[in-house]
Amino acid sequence: MISAPDVVAFTREEELEDDLYREPPLPEEYSVPLFPFSGQGANPWAKVAGSKFTRDFILISEFSEQVGPQPLLTIPDDAKVSGTFDLNYFSLRIMSVDYQASFVGHPPGSAYPKLNFVEDSKVVLGDSKEGAFAYVHHLTLYDLEARGFVRPFCMAYISADEHKIMQQFQELSTEFSKASECLKTGNRKAFANELEKKLKDLDYTRTVLHNETEQQKKANDKGYYTTQAIEKANELASVEKSIIEHQDLLRQIRSYPYRKLKDSEFHPYEPECALDRADVGSHDHDLTSSEPGETHLYTHVPSYTPKLIKAKSAKCFDKKLKTLEELCDVYFFTQTLDQLHHIERTFRGDVCYLLTEQISRALLKQQSVTNFLFEDVSFLDEKPPEKQYRGCQGLGQDAMDEKCLEESLAPKVVISLGSYKSSVECVPIKMEQEMEDSEEPKMSESVMSEHQENLDYLDADIKGSISSGESIEVLGTEKSGSGLTKSESQASLPAMASPQAGRSKVGSRRTVSEDSIEVLSTCPSEALIPEDFKASYPSAINEEPYADDDEGGLRFTPRASPGVRDGQDDISKQESLVQVDAACCIGKESPNFLEPLAEQLGQRPCEQDGVVRIPPQPYRGPAEQGLRGGFPSHQGLSGGLLPYELDSRHLTGSREVSKSSLDECSDSTSHISSAASTCSDRTPSPAQPACAAGDRHRKRAGQNALRFIRQYPFAHPAIYSLLSGRTLVVLGEDEAMVKRLVTALSIFVPSCGGYTKPVKHWVTSALHLVDFQRWKLIGLQRAVSPAGVNVLHALSRYSRYLSILDADSKTLRCPLYKGSVVARLADHRTQIKRGSTYYMHVQSILTQLCSKAFLFTFCHHLHLPISEREPEESVVSRRMNFLKLQLGLANEDIKIVQYLAELLKLHYIQEPGQGGSPLLRFDYVPSFLYKI
Amino acid sequence: KSSVQTIGEEQIQNPYTELLVLKGHQDIVRFLVQVDDCRFASAGDDGIIFLWNAQTGEKLHELHGHTHKITAIAPFSSSDVAEEKTNLIITASADRTVIVWDCTSGRQVQKVSCFHSTVKCLTVLQRLNVWLSGGSDLCVWNQKLDLLCKTSHLTDAGISALVELPKNCVAAAVGKELIIFRLSASNNGSEGWNILEVKRLVDHQDNISSLVSVNDLTFVTGSHIGELIVWDALDWTKQSSERNFWDSSVHPDVQPEIKLSQSPHETSVQHLTSDEECVFAAVGKGIYVYNLQMKRVIACQRTAHDSSVLHIEKLPNRQLISCSEDGSVRIWELREKQQLPAEPVPTGFFNMWGFGRTNKQANQAAKKVQENTPLYFLELVGDLIGHSSAVQMFLYFGELGLATCSADHLIILWKDGERESSLRSLTLFKKLAQNGDLQLKL
Repeated sequence: MISAPDVVAFTREEELEDDLYREPPLPEEYSVPLFPFSGQGANPWAKVAGSKFTRDFILISEFSEQVGPQPLLTIPDDAKVSGTFDLNYFSLRIMSVDYQASFVGHPPGSAYPKLNFVEDSKVVLGDSKEGAFAYVHHLTLYDLEARGFVRPFCMAYISADEHKIMQQFQELSTEFSKASECLKTGNRKAFANELEKKLKDLDYTRTVLHNETEQQKKANDKGYYTTQAIEKANELASVEKSIIEHQDLLRQIRSYPYRKLKDSEFHPYEPECALDRADVGSHDHDLTSSEPGETHLYTHVPSYTPKLIKAKSAKCFDKKLKTLEELCDVYFFTQTLDQLHHIERTFRGDVCYLLTEQISRALLKQQSVTNFLFEDVSFLDEKPPEKQYRGCQGLGQDAMDEKCLEESLAPKVVISLGSYKSSVECVPIKMEQEMEDSEEPKMSESVMSEHQENLDYLDADIKGSISSGESIEVLGTEKSGSGLTKSESQASLPAMASPQAGRSKVGSRRTVSEDSIEVLSTCPSEALIPEDFKASYPSAINEEPYADDDEGGLRFTPRASPGVRDGQDDISKQESLVQVDAACCIGKESPNFLEPLAEQLGQRPCEQDGVVRIPPQPYRGPAEQGLRGGFPSHQGLSGGLLPYELDSRHLTGSREVSKSSLDECSDSTSHISSAASTCSDRTPSPAQPACAAGDRHRKRAGQNALRFIRQYPFAHPAIYSLLSGRTLVVLGEDEAMVKRLVTALSIFVPSCGGYTKPVKHWVTSALHLVDFQRWKLIGLQRAVSPAGVNVLHALSRYSRYLSILDADSKTLRCPLYKGSVVARLADHRTQIKRGSTYYMHVQSILTQLCSKAFLFTFCHHLHLPISEREPEESVVSRRMNFLKLQLGLANEDIKIVQYLAELLKLHYIQEPGQGGSPLLRFDYVPSFLYKI
Repeated sequence: KSSVQTIGEEQIQNPYTELLVLKGHQDIVRFLVQVDDCRFASAGDDGIIFLWNAQTGEKLHELHGHTHKITAIAPFSSSDVAEEKTNLIITASADRTVIVWDCTSGRQVQKVSCFHSTVKCLTVLQRLNVWLSGGSDLCVWNQKLDLLCKTSHLTDAGISALVELPKNCVAAAVGKELIIFRLSASNNGSEGWNILEVKRLVDHQDNISSLVSVNDLTFVTGSHIGELIVWDALDWTKQSSERNFWDSSVHPDVQPEIKLSQSPHETSVQHLTSDEECVFAAVGKGIYVYNLQMKRVIACQRTAHDSSVLHIEKLPNRQLISCSEDGSVRIWELREKQQLPAEPVPTGFFNMWGFGRTNKQANQAAKKVQENTPLYFLELVGDLIGHSSAVQMFLYFGELGLATCSADHLIILWKDGERESSLRSLTLFKKLAQNGDLQLKL
């Protein structure tokens, strides 16, 4: 965690710590008076004139041809969430802003009905009357029985916080596009199946009619046609026409994927991989082919008995329209629901938290050289969720920085001017699909267009002020598609080969597949997961208070009387306030962490009610980053050699950096956010469900580590062993205790590359040299059996490579530690009470260590002679001087940094793809036995 | 109580602070052989030969062809007409085949399977561009694997060791006998060779277990009951012999029980190595340094290891490395004793070096006054513990480190951590320069 002390206030705890439960409740006279406006589902963070729903939710609506706009379902599927919010009214609102030209039917000059492959449209709208703001994603599904074969739907993310919608627009758009693509893929499949059935029916009907006509002909020798015969002939003709039409439709729907793949924006939804397919059961017969694309979906035709089709079909209003589930195939429907749940979880919580998380990720990403050491970087491989912060990706160029600065400010201008009040306006929010390897001309092009758009924003403001007093405001709309706004039917013309499509074809194919992999990995269908795996699935682990909401059936918390619940909420709210305070209190001996807090408090603009309401601002580039810059920017390398940068104070505390960035934030935002998302503080959630398990693990590890450093006076040498790469073996009889210790200590273990830490929680057999090469922290069973003797024998044999923590007799055998870094890392008198806070504390100190190791590794003159004749000794002495004087390291701390530097080197020079055999480094140093 | 000298965890002079475990073999690894400056081959009971990069530990090739365990391996560099030096290795196996491999391509060049018995030793006579295989008879082959000539059936037990001697002669150890053969160009053919038995030497009381050539003038043999004989390489006469390594009467501090239960295993000369002045013998658990000029043992470490020493090698820097069945590798340094023979070395001296067992040292110092006392002593400067089973052999690669192979199926590459670290830095900056990351972007 890069800015750990700064985000303490935003840390989220899904559940209260054990410790806090044990503390006696405050006496009545000390307790904070209840929030005066507390009422139904009160949330002090929410606007007073707040919305009628308790927290963000997703609404799916349909514009039914029979009854008009109607809400279909909400996620979470809980009436309490939407509360008194009028879903019908809001459905009407959101469906009425569908700008897409959904003309379907017989276009002029065409003999047959054409399917219109319309793009999704993405719109942001606000409804000040309802206090609701929504990201609205319109999509069209095909239904053979529907008017014009189309059924318009929309998915909306509804929140009370317009900042959240605006700032997370790109992310929402990406995520909803995935869901939409999933729905549409299923729909195309279902539609094709339906067409095939219909064709069979028609074919059958034709045969029947034909036979009848023939019979009539034979029976009739009068030479002229009876009316009956003419009728039959007409019927036959219309059936034949209908067959041709339907065949054409089938051809169109089948050719869709091919056409679409040429478009760079297309992300086909690919079904589960083979492993999951086995579980799909009834669905997998459609999906057995492993070819990419979805053509195979239509190949299999289940046996079907055709029916005779009546000449006159049922009346439009008599028939029952298909449900969404029927429209998209159950499998894809559940996949979509999973994706939507994923979205709901992802964006749950305060926008502050979301942004902090994103900034933190962006920063982490920048530290491409060092981030693998102590951070969980697995998420970095995913497609970056934050397009908004693309400045972080294209580093080091001032032009880029300026550009993204403007970019990130631009939407705020719109908001802060309050121009959205009572006005209908259309603000295009450009979503340039910026590919990593995009060419230079394209870059400049996008810069240009963004300038243009900034002007557009302002323009729109002025225009907006003359608009009427509708309560619906469209803050922005956007056609999904990178400027290619022509409809699909046009795209199917030969002229479709636009230069852009051609150019990015190869790249887009690649991204496409990555995308679909990501979808599969992040939202596996819950129903498809075997019971055993569920435990490891983030959403299952994540014990949110309303996890039951998603499930629907299980309810743990008593909900019978809302009054009781409110009371509980208030108490828990108070407790969480107390918690925050406690979390900020780090022992007096570490003033580093008190100061920034004070500064923060001083700088925080407060409103009358004293509620802090400044959200963190999007990250704006590495200019002020100093030592924290990732390697490509060379901030560390170039700046690091300057004397002031090497001032130890600057290095030891992250506070200069954090302070300065905070300053920037408060300067750049003249307005103060006045709305927080409803109830998000009470029930915060992980920004990425994938991280949920990690978060939980972190918290537990932090808590265990705290316990460890308080319990064991020799925690320092133990931690030093881990940091310097000496394998620590935790020996004990009780598996649970050993595992707990291993979990606690695991946060100090540097990774050697790869995504998993070199930690083995429990081993029962004798250790071998190879184990020390692979694992740096091992939990080992102590047994009395002969095998146990072997285990101990191996330990003593390899004792030079090991530190041994005996959990039973509470002894530690390891080398001496006299440095100072670990003392700051693990102070047994620390006032930190919560696991996650301590974890952050540890991470911030480890990050400092990483930056030192980075400097040490990448300073050319520390490792190579300056001139050719310079003897090796002088290089060595220069290196030691640097470590001691410049980096301010003492004694064994040097070894820590040297070890980290070795890991950095190995990681950097390692060829991608080549695993590289792990090597074991060790020292011949004496060990000592520590006892309690 | 073992009387094995031990060294503490602090080993200042031990340069090996980094190790790489090379996995691949599925059975005991018995042989390591150097192919060129940075490659080596390993072979063992699983019949597979692996080629490794000694610097990176990368597995270069996996040579499959033998169906039984490997019994002998020899490197063979042949220069072709094109003057391109190709590195070959010859391997013999218990499946009675010999295969020649190309180390560069990792392919089998040729295979011979006309042997009546297992080939137990291979010797390449680079000078004559031929190689010899020793089993129950001795065969001479040229580079193209044509059988040039062979001896008659010698013994069922077979030739256990072969060594090249001057004047186109080879010495073969057959049981207790040492047979000298001479290769002579045949009269009728241009490339034909004849092999003739020249002499049989029967001075050893027991089977000859090791045979090593010291220089052009001398070679040394050692037998199972601890005899060491130095031979003249030209006229094959006995120059000197030593046969009381195990004689406890010379070593009064050895407990009498051991004398009674003296087993051949404990006195067997397992391995011999030499430099210009001395022969180093691994005898039982001990290491003995025999000076050729003084014709006596000048230094010894009677219990250098917990069990039999399997291989020893002399390093250029007066150091000696030994490996043993106990799974450890030890580094020794041959040090000259202070020239004050009457005075026992003060214990403080050893304390200063941080070595334990001062008593042992004092004992040795006291012993020095005796008649047989060597002028030198072997000082333990480091030990390498990594293998969990007997270390069969090792290969010293100079700067690149040390490769050890063991019965635990592993090969360990021991490296100088400091050197590796700076090499990595070098690679790092090279890669940075390659990637163009070194330019400062302002």
